[in-house]
Amino acid sequence: MLAKRIIPCLDVRDGKVVKGVQFRNHEIIGDIVPLAEQYAKAGADELVFYDITASSDQRVVDKSWVSRIAQVIDIPFCVAGGIKSVEDAGRILEMGADKISINSPALSNPDLINELHDIYGQQCVVIGIDSFYNEANGRYDVYKFTGDESRTQQTQWHTIDWIKEVQSRGAGEIVLNCMNQDGVRKGYDIEQLKAVREVCKVPLIASGGAGAIEHFTDVFKQADVDGALAASVFHKGIIDMHELKDTLASQAIPMCIRHGR
Amino acid sequence: MAQKIVIVNTGCANISSVKFALERLGVTVDVSDNFDIIKAADKVFLPGVGSAYAAMKSINGKNLTDTIRSLEQPVLGVCLGMQLMVETSDETSSGQIDCLGLIPGHVARLQAGDLRLPHMGWNTVTPLEGNTLFKGIPADTYFYFVHSFAVPVYDKTLATCEYGQTFSAALHSNNFFGVQFHPERSGEAGAQLLTNFVEM
Repeated sequence: MLAKRIIPCLDVRDGKVVKGVQFRNHEIIGDIVPLAEQYAKAGADELVFYDITASSDQRVVDKSWVSRIAQVIDIPFCVAGGIKSVEDAGRILEMGADKISINSPALSNPDLINELHDIYGQQCVVIGIDSFYNEANGRYDVYKFTGDESRTQQTQWHTIDWIKEVQSRGAGEIVLNCMNQDGVRKGYDIEQLKAVREVCKVPLIASGGAGAIEHFTDVFKQADVDGALAASVFHKGIIDMHELKDTLASQAIPMCIRHGR
Repeated sequence: MAQKIVIVNTGCANISSVKFALERLGVTVDVSDNFDIIKAADKVFLPGVGSAYAAMKSINGKNLTDTIRSLEQPVLGVCLGMQLMVETSDETSSGQIDCLGLIPGHVARLQAGDLRLPHMGWNTVTPLEGNTLFKGIPADTYFYFVHSFAVPVYDKTLATCEYGQTFSAALHSNNFFGVQFHPERSGEAGAQLLTNFVEM
């Protein structure tokens, strides 16, 4: 049976893993390769590396860390951040990444999704979506440039429409980051994920809000997502990967419990 | 083990990850599209991701088809590389395309019912008992899959997997082996399978 996936996300800046407080004051928490290895050994099903160097400035960024990860990691990984063209994506994939995730560049140039699909195949095209719930009118809206507060802006897209659009253009997976929940660790946005699930025919990954093991249980049982992404709960040691996967498995959520632990 | 391992340079994107996985086992690997080098290898890997149409175009463009067909040493196709080993595939806009025809069989879209496609993630694999490729790998071991097309179960099936339908997770015919999953991304079980193949 296909297992549900637990996906730690690591922020990378200049080849180091960092953690930020409200997008600023990034503190280096370690070298990328040993941290990636540590998560893979702990039983992560997949890793996402979010390159925060790339999206905020225009300089040429050293991505050699992608191939250093590919050399040591024996689970799949995805690279997000700063991929704006077919050429950018090709370089990352050639260095050994399994998937690339694009967010704002897909909104600025939706044809990029079709091109990536046609050249590299649907399986490696992940679309990241930052969605915000507007309480005043009960709508979910897509935002872009969320990596930089001063540039963050609402787009004309309603989340459900954008989900349909990216699927029709060849997205292979969707990571839905629910902005209202992000960083507050009060649980995933189940209502929004349920609504998106109804129209999402490709794998759907929940992001934003994980703070406790029961949040993972809820999102898998209630929103039927294919994977759950989280960052701080793993980096800060709030949730232990083994305990998380054992607990979910004991509640009949299919988990890949591998040996070597 | 001083074996010559060659990965056929199909021009597809997962060549580095297959190469790195083999290097983690301590073997040296060449990536080549040269007839003599491929022909002289002890073991050959046929990698592939993306669409069958694009991959066959690249292989034909490099005139590799006859080279691959002439191989007599063990050859392992990985993911799309496995799908390219059979006779025909539905993965093209024009209906059906010819593949390498190393193993009888046909690739069709997965009939996943209400389940999501691509079939993406870790799923359990059940190998036929007593086969060398899966030596030391018990039934229901997890491997990592990413695909929307698959080969149905038939007499060349070496292992099965379940996703809406039962399909071939691995194939075997003569010296040709193929796996639908990604051993290079399947943790220790994947490393075990690669070791089994290299040691054949």
